[in-house]
Amino acid sequence: MKRRTFLGGAVAAAVVGQGSRALAQQPAIKIGMSMPQTGGLAGGGKASLLGIEIWRDDINAKGGLLGRKVELVVYDDKSSASETPAIYSKLVDVDKVDLLFAPYATVPTAPIMPFVKQRGLLLMGNFSFQVNSKVGHDMWFNNAPWGPADSWASSFIDLAQKAGGKNMALLAADQEFAQNLALTARDVAKKRNLPVVFDQSYPPNTVEFASIIRALKATKPDIVYVASYPPDSAGILRAVNEIGIGDDVKVFGGGMVGLQFAAVMGNLGSLLNGVVNYNTWLPEPSMYHAGTKEFFEVYTKRAVEAKVDPLGYYLAPYGYATGQMIEAAVNATKSLDQKGLAKYLRENEHKTIVGPIAFSADGEWKESATVQAQFRGVVDKDIEQFRKPAKQVILYPDKLKTGTLISPFEAARK
Amino acid sequence: MFSMDLLLGAVVLGVLLGCFYAAVSVGLSVSFGLLDVPHVAHPAFLVLASYGVYQLNESYDIDPLLAGLIITPLFFLFGLLAYRVYYETFERRGSDAGVRGIAFFFGIAFIIEVLIIMQFGVDQRSVTATYIGKSWRFGEFRIPIRQLVAFAVALGLTVLLALYLSKTFMGRAIRAVAQDEHALRLMGANPVRIKQFAFGIATAVLGIAGALLIIVAPVEPTLDRAYIGRTFCVVVMAGLGSISGTLIAAIILGVAESIVLTMFGASWAPAISFAMLLGVLAVRPQGLLGR
Repeated sequence: MKRRTFLGGAVAAAVVGQGSRALAQQPAIKIGMSMPQTGGLAGGGKASLLGIEIWRDDINAKGGLLGRKVELVVYDDKSSASETPAIYSKLVDVDKVDLLFAPYATVPTAPIMPFVKQRGLLLMGNFSFQVNSKVGHDMWFNNAPWGPADSWASSFIDLAQKAGGKNMALLAADQEFAQNLALTARDVAKKRNLPVVFDQSYPPNTVEFASIIRALKATKPDIVYVASYPPDSAGILRAVNEIGIGDDVKVFGGGMVGLQFAAVMGNLGSLLNGVVNYNTWLPEPSMYHAGTKEFFEVYTKRAVEAKVDPLGYYLAPYGYATGQMIEAAVNATKSLDQKGLAKYLRENEHKTIVGPIAFSADGEWKESATVQAQFRGVVDKDIEQFRKPAKQVILYPDKLKTGTLISPFEAARK
Repeated sequence: MFSMDLLLGAVVLGVLLGCFYAAVSVGLSVSFGLLDVPHVAHPAFLVLASYGVYQLNESYDIDPLLAGLIITPLFFLFGLLAYRVYYETFERRGSDAGVRGIAFFFGIAFIIEVLIIMQFGVDQRSVTATYIGKSWRFGEFRIPIRQLVAFAVALGLTVLLALYLSKTFMGRAIRAVAQDEHALRLMGANPVRIKQFAFGIATAVLGIAGALLIIVAPVEPTLDRAYIGRTFCVVVMAGLGSISGTLIAAIILGVAESIVLTMFGASWAPAISFAMLLGVLAVRPQGLLGR
């Protein structure tokens, strides 16, 4: 080794050593959140948390934020709305966290909205749906590709009407998120003079869906819009397979939570074929951005150790993207001032692994990037098949489209 | 929209669902109804059994019902152990054993939930079998075969348990200990051992019931919370300790739930179930076939 190279290496090592010592000496930046790690939302919550943890590890490997290490303070909210108000009070008043991320999903997030508004705190949302519509908090940024409230239902109904749908059946879980979806679906149907021939909400813990599907089938709908939660989605699809849904149905699905998770997809296998459902990320060519491939390489390895969703398409990249947005805002403003960060987040477009993100005044994505995709050629007992393209063909939005709808539903199931 | 076809279908599906409810409740009818053990961990034991069935089905491709039979002896031993711990730490010590026993069994339920999460993760699990996902067609009417299987097995299980408790020596001893523990002691029998054996039986039937649970729908670690209300509702409505009453109450509950789900709207189903319980208790405080 030449003397100059040796000296250069020694100086570099000393600088890195200083840097990591400085990183260790300064107090960490604490980001607090609750996350469903048990209960019905735990499957999503754990995958989302892993996405955030991968970002934390990446940012710390790069030297942290403002030269300080990033630390996550996480509590299990048990998927329950009653747990989160106390957890977020503790995070702010006892743990003294610097920044707050919201838990995954609407139900645990909704009760903390008045608290963060009252305290004037920045809150990065995590796949909530319309929790800020009545609260009107101007420091809320929901990292979910829903866009305007009615875009979700209207994209599904658009597809269905183009396929010849003349009336609609609506089946929704009696939960905040599903009810919000159902509400927008009713509004869209009303605006388009689309008769709603069946409109029912079922309670949580419904064991058997055969009776409900029989009642739905008897109304002979053309379009069946389902807004369900993970434990129910599998039950509904099984009942549809066993009882039948009728030859009139052009399009079935829309807002079924659970069909994005590997365990549920693996369990249902070929029963998924034909269902048109929303999703947020799929391994289709149109959905890759800078860093997406690398993220999933890391995620796939760590998901096995963490015993979380092996695919992680639905939530994990968005968890990482939330971290990327905070990283950009802190680096640009060079502070942790919540108002300054909120101003930056509101006024700029952010490059992330799920694509560019810009927020509208209500804290939702300016433009919807929620995809409606149809399951095709799915076989039983094979999770690996979902890593390949064309198993979920994107029908909407046009800019991400990778195929066209097969209709009616019974034909698409074959 | 009313139609006789829909109503008839609702009744048929309700009877099938009711028999399934009977299978998941009949163990509680013995442990809580006959033995007065505040067994709030019963649904957690049930979910644990369904995970055992899942493991055997996933690893060795064993039919879920056969897997349920395989784990039944293990659950019998588990039941013996659970009762012994409960007896030594709570029942033996005094009159407030019931209240403290509830805390004990709640604790057990939480431990089981956490152990399942640690071992299997939080995702839903389900099993595969030739009778899952298919249906029998009678004209326009279709019945899921998994529900027919659950119906037949549940009916057989309930009838067998009722016969065991009424016809065998040990069964009659269990009924005797439920009626008058002190009298049994005066006759030289050991009521604690009989109760321990009965608790073992109550836990063993959960092997089969757990198989039915995962045949009917996918399971997840916290599913026990969904069944705690239903199973206690069935047992109390039946009349404490009555096995045939459990079957009747479960069928009534299943039919009522199914009719409400089909004809009046799904939101009302849980309210109707518990309204029926209150109605039955108002007319017959001892339950339908209570002692």
